[in-house]
Amino acid sequence: MAEAVFAVAAVLMLAGAVGVVASRNPVHAALFLVQTLVGVAVLFVLNDAHFLAAVQVVVYAGAIVILFLFVIMLLGVDKAEELSIEPIFGQRPLAAVVGAALVAVLGTVVVTGADVLTGLRRAGGDRALDGDATDIERMGRVLFSEFAFAVEITAALLTVAVVGAVILTRRASRSDGSATADTAAS
Amino acid sequence: MDLAGLSVGWYLALSVVLFAIGGVGLLVRRNPLVMFMCVELMLNAVNVAFVALGAGLNDVGGQVAVFFVLVVAATEVVIGLALVVAINRRRSGATADDVSLLKG
Amino acid sequence: MLEAAWLICAFPLAGFAVLLALGRRLGEPRAGWVATLAMAGSFVCSLAVFASLMGRDPAERRFVVTLFEWVPAGDFSVDAGLLVDPLSVTMALFVTGVGALIHLYAVGYMHGDGDFSKFFVYLNLFAFSMLVLVLGDSLALTFLGWEGVGVCSYLLISFWFTDEANATAGKKAFITNRVGDWGFMLAMFWAFGALGSVRYLDLFGQADSLSSTTATAIVILLFLGAAGKSAQLPLYIWLPDAMAGPTPVSALIHAATMVTAGVYLMVRVNPLIAVADAWAPDVIAWVGVATALFAAGAAMAQNDIKKVLAYSTISQLGYMMLAVGTGAYVAAIFHMVTHAFFKALLFLGSGSVIHALDGDQDMRRYGALRAAMPVTAVTFIVGWLAIAGVPPLAGFWSKDEILAYAWDASPALWVVGIVTAVLTAFYMSRLVFMTFYGEARYGTEVHPHEPSRLMTAPLVALAAAAVVAGGLNLPFTKDLHFLGAWLEPSLFANEAHLSLGAGAQWLLALVSMAGAAIGIAGAVAVYLQHRLPASRVEWPAAARAFYVDETWTRFVGGPGRRAFEGVAAFDANVVDGAVDGVGRSVRAGGTLLRRVQTGFVRSYALLTAAGAVALLVWFLVRTSF
Repeated sequence: MAEAVFAVAAVLMLAGAVGVVASRNPVHAALFLVQTLVGVAVLFVLNDAHFLAAVQVVVYAGAIVILFLFVIMLLGVDKAEELSIEPIFGQRPLAAVVGAALVAVLGTVVVTGADVLTGLRRAGGDRALDGDATDIERMGRVLFSEFAFAVEITAALLTVAVVGAVILTRRASRSDGSATADTAAS
Repeated sequence: MDLAGLSVGWYLALSVVLFAIGGVGLLVRRNPLVMFMCVELMLNAVNVAFVALGAGLNDVGGQVAVFFVLVVAATEVVIGLALVVAINRRRSGATADDVSLLKG
Repeated sequence: MLEAAWLICAFPLAGFAVLLALGRRLGEPRAGWVATLAMAGSFVCSLAVFASLMGRDPAERRFVVTLFEWVPAGDFSVDAGLLVDPLSVTMALFVTGVGALIHLYAVGYMHGDGDFSKFFVYLNLFAFSMLVLVLGDSLALTFLGWEGVGVCSYLLISFWFTDEANATAGKKAFITNRVGDWGFMLAMFWAFGALGSVRYLDLFGQADSLSSTTATAIVILLFLGAAGKSAQLPLYIWLPDAMAGPTPVSALIHAATMVTAGVYLMVRVNPLIAVADAWAPDVIAWVGVATALFAAGAAMAQNDIKKVLAYSTISQLGYMMLAVGTGAYVAAIFHMVTHAFFKALLFLGSGSVIHALDGDQDMRRYGALRAAMPVTAVTFIVGWLAIAGVPPLAGFWSKDEILAYAWDASPALWVVGIVTAVLTAFYMSRLVFMTFYGEARYGTEVHPHEPSRLMTAPLVALAAAAVVAGGLNLPFTKDLHFLGAWLEPSLFANEAHLSLGAGAQWLLALVSMAGAAIGIAGAVAVYLQHRLPASRVEWPAAARAFYVDETWTRFVGGPGRRAFEGVAAFDANVVDGAVDGVGRSVRAGGTLLRRVQTGFVRSYALLTAAGAVALLVWFLVRTSF
């Protein structure tokens, strides 16, 4: 059963990924991206990471992709991109070589190191996955004890990001001030 | 939990392929929005690897890492899209190749 | 009080700064008063330091006041510090004392000059540099002062620079001194290379560890520097021309203070001379005595009153070098002090005369000025008798001491010295007779008059000093060697000791008195009684200073110029070529490398990805083999 689900999800994900890269229209690319992200969520479920799967669908497939689509519509860049030309000489062949090399090298690591985890399963404590607690409870305990500081930092990061986005996209509204002066003032 | 004979290696292999597709996409596409989508692909490939390895090690740490990657990805998209908007305001329809002020 | 020795230097520096900022606004005569007060303050500080040194035990009369770290460079550092010891304080006393009097005189002398305040800016800067030279605790700091006085000398010689000749004289002084400075620098580098320090106390403490060859080389190179500054053969040529400057400058810089710097330096490094081979001091003594005789001969036939005094100064400096070479350091300093008094007096007196005769410097148009300017005449006559070696004036004692040591070292030196003494008495008498006696030869439109009190007061003070300064170091008993006892801590027992008995000394003194008498009598016969025509004693060759200057000109202008053009060509082609080549190759490399920077984000991403792959391959290879 699990193998079948994995196989279907993997095929969908890879197809979506290729679609993102190959589609000429950015709106199509965004939709293909949703397909891949949903596939990832399925794999999360398969690994009993239900909370992450939910977050993946809500935040990624929902919020982030919607944001992409908003920007596409806002800027009116939903025109088809001409993919047959490549301005930078040698970029595509080299990209293909690098991509293939990446697959080869990392694949070698995976194949040769597949058995490394065998016998390394840890048990016990808040971090073990095979306890009685639900996975939300497990993550909550770990996040707010062991990773409390990191969580606080992410709060600061998100705030900075929001402020940064506001400053970057503000229009130079006043006639006397230039964009840079505006930025400095805020 | 039963992995039903599905070893971590399969997840990792999938992750590798996904990562490579995202990377190649980043290198060949010129539309900054699509390039960002390719970055998301690469991040998700890493997320898959994290969760699979966490399950293999019986450790919730993998899932925690994915949680933080999600947060960082969200901020990255926010800032990145803000940059795209700001650049497009000055030059409509700019691609990544049009922004080349660093040229030596 | 010793810690406050920096005040000695600080007063002229402050005066310089104030005059530089406000000089024009202060105007005449207040700028002059500020400068004079600065010198007087410096003199008072020197006196205070002198007094507190006197209050110490003789063995502890050596004191370093560290001011600040001047040149920090890795392990090498030069601290700016002042070496306060009997020698430097003696120098500081007469530099500031005579300097203050000359400043006072200059207030009167420079009256009405358009650049009145600028003159005092230079004078105070000069005094500061001279004090740094004297009080510096290392060769490097002394060199700083050495160059400072050189610059001031240049500025002051060509003070009236609108006249081409004055500007040329300034350049000549500066460039000739560079030859000597080159020797000074090499000596400094060599000393640092050998001993790792240029501080005097370090050098003296380790002087014994120097090989005699190294010490000889350092001493000879320093003597080259001293020969430039103190106008010895063959580098003296700038000093006669330096008389183009205003007379107070000639008195202060080119008679009393700066030109004695070379002698001071040689006395200062006496521990190095003690280690050097025996021929090094002999060279110094013979160069000194040769300079003395040569310059005295040239002074015989000069008609410009300041040129006579200039050659006289060279001659007296030769005596001092003779003293240094024979190990008579006390005698050298003694003569330096007495000479500072009477030569400053003579220069200032000549300045009064020139002033009175509307700037005419030619003695052939002087005469019978005794009646018109009695104060100048009387003080000048005191100076004349002092330099001629008439007892009991200062010059007699100091010159006699030098000659006694010269006899002790080698009678040949003494013979040349005594001949020079006769010539000195002769040409100084000639100067006095031509100026103050005989019949008036100046035109009727000129009305000589005594200068203002401002100018006569320093003359009187200096004349008094020239009379009594001999008391500093009387030869009769050991108890009267005040200067010798006082300087002992600076000399490290390196000075020579007279082996002559009292009888021999009396005899030498009598001969020297007889020499003075012969010289004066000869001048009386020629210039007052006219028993011989003056042209018989005034050789044309002497008037041209035996053509040394012309020889220099021909050498430097001919082969010298060609050699330096060759050096310049080498510099332009080889040295500059190498420097430019480095720059060009960097630019060429940059032109090639800048192509890597395409500006395309995707190219950078590709390179980054390739780098990541390469790293991964490296990890794989490293772990599997």
